[in-house]
Amino acid sequence: MSELLLSAQKLVKRFGGLAAVNEVSVDLFRDRIHAVIGPNGAGKSTLTNLLSGDLPPTSGRITLNGAETAGHSPERISRLGLGRSYQKTNIFLPFTVWDNVRLAAQSRERHAPWNPLRWLSAASGMTQVNQRCERAIELAGLTQRSQTVAATISHGEQRQLEIAMTLATEPTVLLLDEPLAGMGQAEAESMVALLQKLKKDHAMMLVEHDMDAVFALADQLTVMVNGQVIASGTPAQVRSDPLVQAAYLGEEH
Amino acid sequence: MSSPKATLEMLPKGVQALLALGAVALAAFPLIPSDSSDFYLQMLSQMMILAIFAMSLDLLQGVTGLVSLGHAAYFGLAGYALAFLTPADVPVSLWWSLPVAALGAGLAALVIGFFVVRTHGIYFIMVTMAFAQMVFFLFFDNKELGGSDGLYVNFRPDASLFGWTGIDLENKTTFFYFTLAMLVSIYAFLRRLLFSPFGRVLAGIRVNEHRMRAVGYGTFGYKLAAFGLAGTLAGVAGYLWAAQTGFVNPELMGFHMSAHAIMMVILGGMGNFAGAIVGAFAFEYVMHFFKDLTKHWQLLMGSFIVLVVVFAPRGLLGLGERFMKKKDVA
Amino acid sequence: MDFANFLIQLLNSLQYGLLLFMLAAGLTLIFGIMGVVNLAHGSFYMLGAYLAWFLASQFDSLVLAIVVGTLIAVALGWALEWLLFRHFYHRDHLDQVLLTFGLIYIFEEVRSILWGDDVHSVAVPELVNWSIPLTENLSYPVYRLVISAVCVALALGLYFLISKTRLGMKIRAGAFNREMTEALGINIRLIHGVVFALGVALAAIAGMIASPISSVYPGMGSSVLIMCFVVVVIGGIGSVRGALVSALLVGLVDTFGKVLVPQIAGMAVYMLMAGVLLYKPEGLFKQ
Repeated sequence: MSELLLSAQKLVKRFGGLAAVNEVSVDLFRDRIHAVIGPNGAGKSTLTNLLSGDLPPTSGRITLNGAETAGHSPERISRLGLGRSYQKTNIFLPFTVWDNVRLAAQSRERHAPWNPLRWLSAASGMTQVNQRCERAIELAGLTQRSQTVAATISHGEQRQLEIAMTLATEPTVLLLDEPLAGMGQAEAESMVALLQKLKKDHAMMLVEHDMDAVFALADQLTVMVNGQVIASGTPAQVRSDPLVQAAYLGEEH
Repeated sequence: MSSPKATLEMLPKGVQALLALGAVALAAFPLIPSDSSDFYLQMLSQMMILAIFAMSLDLLQGVTGLVSLGHAAYFGLAGYALAFLTPADVPVSLWWSLPVAALGAGLAALVIGFFVVRTHGIYFIMVTMAFAQMVFFLFFDNKELGGSDGLYVNFRPDASLFGWTGIDLENKTTFFYFTLAMLVSIYAFLRRLLFSPFGRVLAGIRVNEHRMRAVGYGTFGYKLAAFGLAGTLAGVAGYLWAAQTGFVNPELMGFHMSAHAIMMVILGGMGNFAGAIVGAFAFEYVMHFFKDLTKHWQLLMGSFIVLVVVFAPRGLLGLGERFMKKKDVA
Repeated sequence: MDFANFLIQLLNSLQYGLLLFMLAAGLTLIFGIMGVVNLAHGSFYMLGAYLAWFLASQFDSLVLAIVVGTLIAVALGWALEWLLFRHFYHRDHLDQVLLTFGLIYIFEEVRSILWGDDVHSVAVPELVNWSIPLTENLSYPVYRLVISAVCVALALGLYFLISKTRLGMKIRAGAFNREMTEALGINIRLIHGVVFALGVALAAIAGMIASPISSVYPGMGSSVLIMCFVVVVIGGIGSVRGALVSALLVGLVDTFGKVLVPQIAGMAVYMLMAGVLLYKPEGLFKQ
């Protein structure tokens, strides 16, 4: 039985009178990819934001690696072992690829900001940070581009950088928000291969529109429409669910 | 902030050479015989002190991206601290009064920062200004604190240590070199800080605070620490200013002082501390030039500021960089 | 404090708060709709006051001076927006801060050249230059009530404009989503010009009507600007309603603070602001 790393129960998020997320529950297990799909406006991004701490839920519970995290700050949740990538590329554009990932990797070092030891030593000399950084960049396939400024790399490479930064903090739970967004065929294939590789040792939630990727990767599938879960189960189960076919897949395929 | 300005962190070799040359020129200056040397020594000392002030703001603004319209509060507080610590009949010792004044200013910055750092963008600008005005009025309205007239600093601090009287700050040339030494050491410290783990976090906060939080940084704590450190360094500058001029008044904490500091940092080019130094000297020079030129110097000053914002938003160093890029392409 | 004194302080708070509202409304509208922070907003207040003094001495009538002064202020606001401000909507707040700081210098000097640096007083119009007796020895100046009344009238006018007219609807739409508004064929540049001119006019009018009680002096712009910022911060940027509530609150706290606890006098309002910041860093009425 796979280990349950993140469990969200009956999450609700209301904006005024509108429930963007309505009683959604999601479980993420180690070595499994749980894909969340649905039409635009279904509440998938809001759900991701609730899990990552970018938005506080109106009600519901979230348990991450044993801790209650509903409504907590993004930094606290990150430190508890969650890594999140963004649909809209959210990197440090003026910095090089290396500096982008290094900064993410540095976050796991112990000292507090007011510690004067951190004021005079060179950031580039932090060995463990550099190692973590190198690992994450290699995993994401960006070693060749380490010294290039992030604003000048291609869109696909920026999506890879998104992933590298998410991996640099060595999280156990990964929330990936449309990692394939805007990618061409070849780039998408490498990204799918990368995600497949990451399955080991991570519990992953994947929000995606690319159905080929979803069915290639997902162990579990949850379908959201209008803020609610209309189906959840294995890809085969979900695919044959008449509700899902009517509401979503029927139009896509 | 609407868009993080690309700041120049690594200084091109040309600029580094220029700075070194400037430091040498400053060091050599008192050795040049001249009739009005006293006047120029004072003026340059003041420019160097303002350069320290500008650098402290650059840490906050250029590096961390926090635009404070109230940074002069800490400058002024430390100046007043020296005024209060200096007795009527003898000078106070430099060795404890400087740390006390600077750290006192830093403490005030931490207290105010606690309220202010939780705000963002335009709110941050407005509340920093508001709290600085609060400090201004605290001194302006209270006779016990000097009131609108201000206070005298009766003596320059005494730099003697256990009987050794090697440094006499009452001597204008000695004070000049002392200030130069402070300028150079603070610059060196800040350059190291920029590339330290702490400095890198501050730069990250400027570029994308949201992502910094998402990867696990408690950005509030870092911003507060930067605010406190910047306040402490502004305090060093304020202390030196009070020592140099022998006088403090609420204007030192005023809105104009804070706005001038912002202008200096912008004028030179933000985020590398060298720009702050260049900007401080350039700004003061321009202001003196306009003041000598006409009674209505404010018109010229205001137009100058407007022109810089419109045509050279990345400051003199930014212009220099653009100019050098054009040469490369040609 | 007996009732008569309390009433006097209350009326003073109201009048001060309403004047602050005139300034804060303009500032918050300009920021909320165009995203521009304008440090020179206090200068418009100052220019209004000097205009009132100058024109009143020319026309021998404060009322006529205010009417003409308002027209001048509208024209000035329109010109400034067209020539300068509209190019800064997309710029960094930092650039805007500096630009408007430069403008403060320019306005100060223009005023100095035109009218000098002296302090002036402006006479209260004869018609309202009397006081309502409250007790045997206390009375309240009618002109102060007039100030409050004018501010209330303008506030209502502003409310009507923004909530009930088509222009107001366009203004609100523009604040909400500029691209969409433009796509719908609404002339967003016109809207911006109108809003800016309106903001400037409100500030200038405040300076004009306040001139008989506050006198006319060079530093009046900066002192009122700070209070204006405090009001906007407490109320929440972009919210005119927030500006009103906040201005009245600030008026109350400042006036009663100074009377009840003179030692902390000017600090009371900042303490209020600090308190608000702890719980609502984006103001009480942030959208």
